[in-house]
Amino acid sequence: MLVIKNLKANVEGKEILKGINLEIKAGEVHAIMGPNGSGKSTLANVLAGHGGYEVTDGEIYFEGKELVELAPEDRAREGIFLAFQYPIEIPGISNATFLKTALNEVRKYNGKPEATPKEFMELLREKSGVLGMDPQFISRSVNVGFSGGEKKRNEILQMLMLQPKLALLDETDSGLDIDALKIVSSGVNVFKNNDNAVLLVTHYQRLLDYIVPDYVHVLSKGRIIKSGGKELALELEEKGYDWIKNDELIEENV
Amino acid sequence: MGNDLLNMIELRDFNLPTTKNEDWKYTNVAPIMKNNYVLGASLGYENHLSTVLHDFFFQDFDYYKVVFINGIFAGELSDLTGLESGIIVDSLSNFQKNNSELLSRHLNKYSTIDNGFNEINNSLSSNGLVVFVPKGKVVDKPIQVLYLNGDKTENVLSVPKNLIIAEENAQVSIIANYHGIEGKEYLTNIVTEVYAGKNSIVDLYKIQSEEENSYHIEKVQAYQEANSLFNHYNFTFGGSITRNDINTCLNDENIESHFYGLYLAHKKQHVDNHTYVDHAKPNCMSNELYKGILDGESRGVFNGKIMVRRDAQKTNAYQSNKAVLLSKSAVIDTKPQLEIFADDVKCSHGAAVGQLDENSEFYIKSRGIPQDIAKSMLIRAFAADVIEKIKIDELREQINHLVFEHLNRVEVKNN
Repeated sequence: MLVIKNLKANVEGKEILKGINLEIKAGEVHAIMGPNGSGKSTLANVLAGHGGYEVTDGEIYFEGKELVELAPEDRAREGIFLAFQYPIEIPGISNATFLKTALNEVRKYNGKPEATPKEFMELLREKSGVLGMDPQFISRSVNVGFSGGEKKRNEILQMLMLQPKLALLDETDSGLDIDALKIVSSGVNVFKNNDNAVLLVTHYQRLLDYIVPDYVHVLSKGRIIKSGGKELALELEEKGYDWIKNDELIEENV
Repeated sequence: MGNDLLNMIELRDFNLPTTKNEDWKYTNVAPIMKNNYVLGASLGYENHLSTVLHDFFFQDFDYYKVVFINGIFAGELSDLTGLESGIIVDSLSNFQKNNSELLSRHLNKYSTIDNGFNEINNSLSSNGLVVFVPKGKVVDKPIQVLYLNGDKTENVLSVPKNLIIAEENAQVSIIANYHGIEGKEYLTNIVTEVYAGKNSIVDLYKIQSEEENSYHIEKVQAYQEANSLFNHYNFTFGGSITRNDINTCLNDENIESHFYGLYLAHKKQHVDNHTYVDHAKPNCMSNELYKGILDGESRGVFNGKIMVRRDAQKTNAYQSNKAVLLSKSAVIDTKPQLEIFADDVKCSHGAAVGQLDENSEFYIKSRGIPQDIAKSMLIRAFAADVIEKIKIDELREQINHLVFEHLNRVEVKNN
């Protein structure tokens, strides 16, 4: 589904990603872990097409299509979704307007008819039910006055509504208490199936207790320095990131 | 040509401000002076009796309807059916005939002549809107006043002189709705006086959608008594050069004043808003929120003055003005002016100028929403806190519509 080859990217002239290689297949859950400043969020934003990040080298293929030149809205319509670490507040635009506009744009691009008001409401009821959201939220402005947990839940709701092929979750666990974390995780688990894929970007292991990854990659200084199964996350939790850094140093010295 | 029969007014005869005047530093009125004007009163409005005015009005709510054409009250086109007795909505000239004593107590008692434009209004105006709400009365519906200005063949000067009197415990809501007639350049030069008696509530909405080859100048001067509340909502869409002076004097205790403004400009439009809040007595509160959206080569000016006089202890005065520039050529000049002579006060002001936020735009686009709609959503978001202050529900969405119509951008509506 997603193939990343030797991806290098700059932010404000500074190289953050220094040659990422990664392949994600349908049905898989990958976790990218790493210390602050390692480039985790940069990777998520580059994949979603944020204009503030400049790809300087390498290739990204999504379902066989080259992504780098594609506008963010087209990436979304192709099936990439980024759940933001810090969701944006949009006063004056209701969640209903926002979701309906997004859903219909994605449908239009994929040659499907727009959702009727009835279809939209049914879909919304179903998906917001998964996340235990008060239906009243739909008439409120996007993320305005939402708590940190509500904002993250709203990200997951948007994901469930748009049904992307690849969901990128950028620090979705940050700022969540344990109950909110469980709800958000259950939303992701409902979403997950054999035809889509999830890339979790996280600093901590605790999210991975609820969303179990097939693969864990450790990102450090813009490179993936170690990959493994879900047990790698536990090892990281126990020993910290220094363990790998030291390990890496030793390998390099050999 | 009817010109020969009409009395032409040369603005050169009046001492109009120049950019050397500190209050007019950023607003050059020379383009206004290049025309000679025919006074609206000399044109009459007979040929507009069949004009379809319906589309000029804000719809979907009940209102009393008043029409002025080139500054002249058009009684035949107005509808005040159902207005409670004692409440008067009329032209200044009629009011003068019937209530001269009352008029003389209020007219020209609050507004001073600050410049040549005020002088023009003072010496040439014979007409305008009067709203009189006697003690304890509440006007049950908003009064929507359509001011239709301009002419196909003449440069018209309209000089409405408006007077709003809300006596003790009275309440009234007025929508001053300015539109233009396509044709020659014209000048609308207004003076509006507001008297808010004790414990009264006056809501004054101004929506200016004049033709883009017009000039629009207004001075609003309010005078507030104890416990009164004056809300001014100022929306600017049209006009080539627009200048608003919105002033209030809080001359007793426990008074509240709110000034809300949203101005849009594109092409070479110039919009200048000057506000002046004069806190003369203790325990009052004022709040200003002004926002500008500037596109093309337009220019915005905001100058907000807050005076807190020595007696005005425990004053709370806030001012915020923000502008978003949609193009590289748009310009805003903004200047807060706080003059505080009391020591126990809370005053704050903030100004911010910027572009639409890139991260917010990315967020919206990352949901599959195209760039033009993403920008429109952010424009709506920027204007939201001003528009949400409008108390008339139906008016809110119609003002939002004007925002997108005026900027010629795809509209985003909530439904």
